[in-house]
Amino acid sequence: MSSTEELVKLSASQMAAQIHAKEISSRELVEAELEVIDAAEPSIDAFLQVSREQALEQADALDKRIASGDTEDLPELAGVPVAVKDMIVTKGIATTAASKILEGWIPPYDATVVEKLKAAGMPILGKTNLDEFAQGSSTEHSAFKSTKNPWDTGRVPGGSGGGSASAVGAFEVPLALGTDTGGSIRQPSALTGTVGVKPTYGGVSRYGAIAMASSLDQVGPVSRSVLDAALLQEVIGGYDQRDSTSIPKPVPPLAQAAREGAKMDLTGMKVGLVKELSGDGYQPGVEARFNEGVQLLQDMGAEVVEVSCPHFSYALAAYYIIMPSEVSSNLARYDGMRYGLRVMPPEGTAQTAANMMSATREAGFGDEVKRRIILGIYALSAGYYDAWYGSAQKVRTLIIRDFEEAFKKADVLISPASPTTAFKFGERMNDPLAMYLSDVATIPANMAGSPAMSIPAGLSDDGLPVGFQFFAPQMRDEVMYKPAAALEAALEAKWGGPIHRDLKTPWLGNK
Amino acid sequence: MATFTREEIEHLGDLARIALTDGEIERLRGELNVIAESITKVQEVAGDDVPPTANPIPLEAYLRPDEVQTPLTQAEALAGAPETEAGMFVAPQILGEE
Repeated sequence: MSSTEELVKLSASQMAAQIHAKEISSRELVEAELEVIDAAEPSIDAFLQVSREQALEQADALDKRIASGDTEDLPELAGVPVAVKDMIVTKGIATTAASKILEGWIPPYDATVVEKLKAAGMPILGKTNLDEFAQGSSTEHSAFKSTKNPWDTGRVPGGSGGGSASAVGAFEVPLALGTDTGGSIRQPSALTGTVGVKPTYGGVSRYGAIAMASSLDQVGPVSRSVLDAALLQEVIGGYDQRDSTSIPKPVPPLAQAAREGAKMDLTGMKVGLVKELSGDGYQPGVEARFNEGVQLLQDMGAEVVEVSCPHFSYALAAYYIIMPSEVSSNLARYDGMRYGLRVMPPEGTAQTAANMMSATREAGFGDEVKRRIILGIYALSAGYYDAWYGSAQKVRTLIIRDFEEAFKKADVLISPASPTTAFKFGERMNDPLAMYLSDVATIPANMAGSPAMSIPAGLSDDGLPVGFQFFAPQMRDEVMYKPAAALEAALEAKWGGPIHRDLKTPWLGNK
Repeated sequence: MATFTREEIEHLGDLARIALTDGEIERLRGELNVIAESITKVQEVAGDDVPPTANPIPLEAYLRPDEVQTPLTQAEALAGAPETEAGMFVAPQILGEE
């Protein structure tokens, strides 16, 4: 095994420990990851842009600080590189949301979460691919390229955060940021065998996260271990006065909960198995791995009870009213006036502002984005507003009540994170409903603002990863980290190591 | 149940300021009709007794400290614009279309 391979296969917390102990430098780590990116990208296509020079500069700055002995308040993840979904703005690094309408746009400011990464001394390796404006469940809707699943490059990595999930899964980077509107962190994590977390809505600032559906969007971590996700969420979380939906409370002790969970003792914990998130539509191999995970939780002392959330079955339909409504409003800002693409109307047409907007938006947006804008404008239009949008907001109330009732019976709730394993490219592209069903298990958490996470539960009969989902009550994110870390430890004990040990990595091994 | 006609899709395209092509209008019509059919099921459970929720977390008006901050410079604000002149955004005319 080469030293590069050894280095990049460490978890982020292991990398951080070696940096703190001065066994490796941040530059060595960044160079090793860049080497893997060079080798893997022709197969994986996870990155839209690699910010090589900036990452090395950031690593050098951190190494210099360590060399000077200024390590008293060194953040735990200092020196560990991270990738950022291209839905989050980065000062001086092009940000496109994987859309032609923003191609080449260089933001003049950093998102709050990016400022926090920089303050923590974490070099930013680049921007990861996504479905255009985070709209999709496969990363096939990117205007630039489709990201491949490292477990099978003929299959999708899920979406919309397929770039972040594949980059982490393929060892191109140990950590990444995603955004989760209906499952866009957790569903790709499930499909790529990584850990993905949607924090409580308002727990992580959305300032500088390009708005898709503002009442649902949430920034969160992607990693290869539960502890790494906890550490990254602690870096990016907390109150931000620039985000009016930010909760003015401190970040809960997430890493502490993960470390507690790793002791594999869940005595006294009540786990609620959500009845409505299984059965029809769930792949047998997914259910089998999920049920094995449930058994392991019981073996560690947890009491598993079945809970019913009867309105979850309406969540998907209600989501597909609320989300496009907010999309149609948020994407109105792409008008060709102040930034991004401008396309003038064809000759013979009046060269007016209105015609320029229509020509620009026709050329700049892809099919899925247009579909959602049109649907949203319809849902918000006079005569349909109450019947559609109003009804969907009522379903949201019912889903929140379902969660409240369920959390009276259990500390955390569980379900598979995705009904199926990774599907083949093109398989669901011409069937929007089939694509939308990919997020059926993740959407309830976005509707209710609850935190949720997906961790690898093993491989299905098809040899592809299965995701195990935990839900916690609002603003109690730490509650899910404990059983998630316990299950991860139990599974790794059973497998003899992390799930990634079974991943074939020709981009590493064949060099 | 909602059904989308060709004229409706054209109208929605106008409202959305997206110059849809004929092919797109036909395709969207089929897809949106299928989606609309599935969406009508939300009305089954949304009774008059259920209050709507617009945001999952109760929002309160938090006032930030009244401190002077440095905004983007004019040059930074204009940096991403498709066209600028004399420190301003250049936009096509808005009058005279009809």
